[in-house]
Amino acid sequence: MADSPQRIDRPLSPHLQIYRPLFTMMMSIVHRITGVGLYFGMAILVWWLLAAATSPSAYATFSAVAGSPIGLLVLFGFTWALLHHALGGVRHFIWDFIHGFGPERVLLAKATLAGSVVLTVVVWIIGLALKG
Amino acid sequence: MSTPHSGPAPARATMRTPLGRVRGLGAAKSGTEHFFTQRLTGAANLLLSIAFIIIVISVAGQSYAAARATLGHPLVAVIILLTLLSVTTHMRIGMQVVIEDYVHTEGLKVLLIVANTFFSIAVALAGAFAVLKISLGG
Repeated sequence: MADSPQRIDRPLSPHLQIYRPLFTMMMSIVHRITGVGLYFGMAILVWWLLAAATSPSAYATFSAVAGSPIGLLVLFGFTWALLHHALGGVRHFIWDFIHGFGPERVLLAKATLAGSVVLTVVVWIIGLALKG
Repeated sequence: MSTPHSGPAPARATMRTPLGRVRGLGAAKSGTEHFFTQRLTGAANLLLSIAFIIIVISVAGQSYAAARATLGHPLVAVIILLTLLSVTTHMRIGMQVVIEDYVHTEGLKVLLIVANTFFSIAVALAGAFAVLKISLGG
């Protein structure tokens, strides 16, 4: 934990508001936002497991909420956030091995976004096809 | 010519070499654990998430009894337990970084970091308890 000393009014270095939004920059922000979303989404996962451990009626309640339009939308969003954060993590591994800092970084960022959307749709098509 | 910070340190100051001080982690008493743990759990999460998505798809739409049978299968239960351990470790560190980046009031920051720990451990233990209860037939 870093200490935060008494606040003193000092000149601030330029931050987000001064830079032209760049695609790679937005993807970095989205990586953090999806991480925070997944953090709170874990509560849904635990609800699912606890409901299955508790009783048929508790499980029915969860299934009704999860199967409602809003529930499905949240689960779809959770799937996308998970896959986007996972692919963003792969990008971090590439950087860790000192690759991907050249012009290809934009391609990597676009691949992360496109890949997460495509994989999300694929996962849901497979899921819905098997459960029809 | 020699200044206090150039050349060998006076023998009285410390007997430890610079490498020894680094290994002892210096004054901060912590080093790159968070960075390394995020990579370690991140790699684990990649593998476990694939297995987890398959589990969720196979359980989705199943009856209560069938869902419990799937979740209680030893292989499935172990994968979920590993996922809970790896994910909650990863999300706790990640959220701590977010808190430290944006919350600069000391008291609120400490409070949120404590709440972050409570939430992460609660998710891990509640999920693990549910899986074990199902799997061990409670």
